[in-house]
Amino acid sequence: MVPREETPVLIKGREFLNCYEVIRLNKRQEILELLACNPRLEPKTIATMLEMTEEEVKNIITELEANKTIFGYRTLINWDKANKEHVLALIEVKVTPQRDVGFKAVAERIGRYPEVKTLYLMSGAYDLAVFVEGRTMQEISNFVATKLAPLDGVTSTVTHFVMQTYKSEGIILENGEEDHRLVMSP
Amino acid sequence: MSGNGQWLDRINPTVRAIKPSGIRRFFDLASEMRGVISLGVGEPDFVTPWRVREAAIYGLEQGYTMYTANSGLPALRQELARYMAGSFGVSYHPDGEIVVTVGVSEALDLALRALVTPGDEVLVPEPSYVSYLPCIELAGGKPVPLSTGMSNGFRLTADQVEKAVTPRTKLLILCYPNNPTGAVLSRRELQAIAEVCAARDLLVIADEIYIQLSYTQEPVCFASLPGMRDRTVVLQGFSKAFAMTGWRVGYAAGNGDLIGAMTKIHQYTMLCAPITGQMAALEALRSARDEMREMVRQFNYRRHLVMDAFKTIGLPCFNPGGAFYAFPDITPTGLSSEDFTERLLREEKVAVVPGNAFGDSGEGFVRCSYAASVENLTEAFKRIGRFVQRYRKYNKKLNWAGN
Repeated sequence: MVPREETPVLIKGREFLNCYEVIRLNKRQEILELLACNPRLEPKTIATMLEMTEEEVKNIITELEANKTIFGYRTLINWDKANKEHVLALIEVKVTPQRDVGFKAVAERIGRYPEVKTLYLMSGAYDLAVFVEGRTMQEISNFVATKLAPLDGVTSTVTHFVMQTYKSEGIILENGEEDHRLVMSP
Repeated sequence: MSGNGQWLDRINPTVRAIKPSGIRRFFDLASEMRGVISLGVGEPDFVTPWRVREAAIYGLEQGYTMYTANSGLPALRQELARYMAGSFGVSYHPDGEIVVTVGVSEALDLALRALVTPGDEVLVPEPSYVSYLPCIELAGGKPVPLSTGMSNGFRLTADQVEKAVTPRTKLLILCYPNNPTGAVLSRRELQAIAEVCAARDLLVIADEIYIQLSYTQEPVCFASLPGMRDRTVVLQGFSKAFAMTGWRVGYAAGNGDLIGAMTKIHQYTMLCAPITGQMAALEALRSARDEMREMVRQFNYRRHLVMDAFKTIGLPCFNPGGAFYAFPDITPTGLSSEDFTERLLREEKVAVVPGNAFGDSGEGFVRCSYAASVENLTEAFKRIGRFVQRYRKYNKKLNWAGN
């Protein structure tokens, strides 16, 4: 394994975080970052990458799943390529907050609908950002008109349909950069 | 194409005597094949961080398309002086002690031409980067290889340097973290070499192109060691740590008289490094250090994967502390470096670089770059494992027959 005989010394005033700091990053954090990029990484591979045992990695992952730090594993799919009828909309929702529970009660009611994919409380001109997915624009319009807008506490909605997805979850969908390197170089 | 032979007589004998690159043949072979996974590449698999590329594009839009000062953009030299002081604890004056070059390759050539007089001996640890020997010879010097091996982790020792010094020895080239082995030297080991340099009045060219890619210990700039600032010309660059190989920007820092002499050659041969590359480099220093650290982190993960893979395959491999290369011992297969490389390429479509391309002491090894995605590394090592198993069996049989 990596020799650790020399403890890193950071000289005061140095701005360069050397690799030691990188290496000393909390293992838990590193596991999370690796899984966030690629949930299919095997615990064994993660263990090798982080110089841990497979058992240690498995235990940490189990613990992180149990306390809901890891709350799911999803696959990113470009549905346009899968020929699935698919519409995404961002709905700005203004809400009258309620005594004691603020926005939470309304947010919970909205969030329970399966067509709501993502739900944020926002600062600024409106309160809730609701990302809704449906098969057609009509379906989403119906959802807004019959479910969302009439909810107690909802004072207004503005619906924006997504026209094209360029980047999602940190990944650019089209024209990924290819490897242009020479096949061999000194 | 090779002409009638008359032309060869017209070529400078020094140039004629330079051996052709040891990887050319394999490069041609690999280029013709499809489905090759290459671990033979000496550059990061990352693309230059977008903010750096964007700054270069903006520079072009603003019409920055002209020459710069010979020694480089003043703003870049100032930023470099700050960076070297902050990161490596060694101070240089941006005016006169730093010159921006077309990659470290040019800086190396400038330093050698500025320092070497015909017949001077230059000590070079081996295996070493392919440019050192030809550049020394072109400068009229005599390269003196100092062989390092796996048993000592490919480390150069002070003792080796001491023993190799003759009255004609002028220079020592150091390259740690090392290409092709990935070896690093600790502060203590560098310190011991520094003492020999001081005692035997040697100058040092410190090729520190991989200095940020140091995983097991703090990166040490040779010039930051006591007494070494005035004996050392430090060569660093942007290619490896910032994934900027194609921009061709490096720099040399050292004594003002030496940098002045180097700048003189640079001014008459190169004039200046390309402005777009310099602007990109400036942006990299100013704003892409997080990206740099992230890339270093990814390389380190892969380093662990690769070491684990060689252990599984059963090829002895010394644990590299820096750069992005592993340098396994391939003798258990019974093949020479070149045979191994050629057969691995033909039979399993994995490209590596034969160790003897980096000097005689590299024979029996190959260089595997882990600047490749985890997916590609995994697949490549599956193939290498299959290959090694096949030849190991064959080799055993041969040994039996021989006995």
